Amino acid sequence: MSNGLQDELFRSLGDPTRRAIFERLCREGEQTVGALTADAGVSQPAVSKHLGVLKRAGLVSERRQGRQTHYSAQRSALAPLLDWTRRMTEFWEGRFDDLEDLLKRMDQ
Amino acid sequence: MTNVATETRSVVVEREMPYPPEKLWRALTQPHLLEGWLMKNDFSPAVEHRFKFSGDWGAVDCRVLEVEPNRRLAYTWGAMGLESVVTWTLTPTPGGARLRMEHVGFRPDQEQAYRGATAGWQRMVGALEDLLARID
Repeated sequence: MSNGLQDELFRSLGDPTRRAIFERLCREGEQTVGALTADAGVSQPAVSKHLGVLKRAGLVSERRQGRQTHYSAQRSALAPLLDWTRRMTEFWEGRFDDLEDLLKRMDQ
Repeated sequence: MTNVATETRSVVVEREMPYPPEKLWRALTQPHLLEGWLMKNDFSPAVEHRFKFSGDWGAVDCRVLEVEPNRRLAYTWGAMGLESVVTWTLTPTPGGARLRMEHVGFRPDQEQAYRGATAGWQRMVGALEDLLARID
């Protein structure tokens, strides 16, 4: 149902500034830290830190070109999050199976 | 993928069980029995009781919302930054009982009651899905 990367994903997008950065990368495509900072309302080191968290969660990838690093959104990383219904259905179906086994044992 | 922000996302699992509601209720509410099919826990069937389910992958933070013995049980289910609600309903049948589990997340009218992570989560998923739908 969960793993480290997924927790990272949920945590990263729980922060509104990071979410705004990620949404902007989805909307406008590849950006440099400088361009992102201009609109983020926080300092460049703060934006870099947010990008680091997004990168660890697999939501953002980076490409170096000369002295600039360009960041882009990895939308495929969102799949587990958009798939909540399917994952939870599998989880509860499994739990119901275990519950039935337990109820059988309670008879004995 | 559009308009998810205003939709309810829910998971329903329902099964006919050849056991009376009283027996199912024990399996749903006694910690040692709960552990046998769900997870380790410190559950107690008292409204407002806060408890945790602990799995090998992490913990779920819960709070009891409703207790109606042998009929209905509801608790919040907080995992991975999302707070949702799990509701169990037991209905007697000639052969035993029908057990229904509904796990609901993302309901806009819950925003007032479950602020913070949930509200942010709902807006986020809605906004992201809208965004992704637009750029597809």
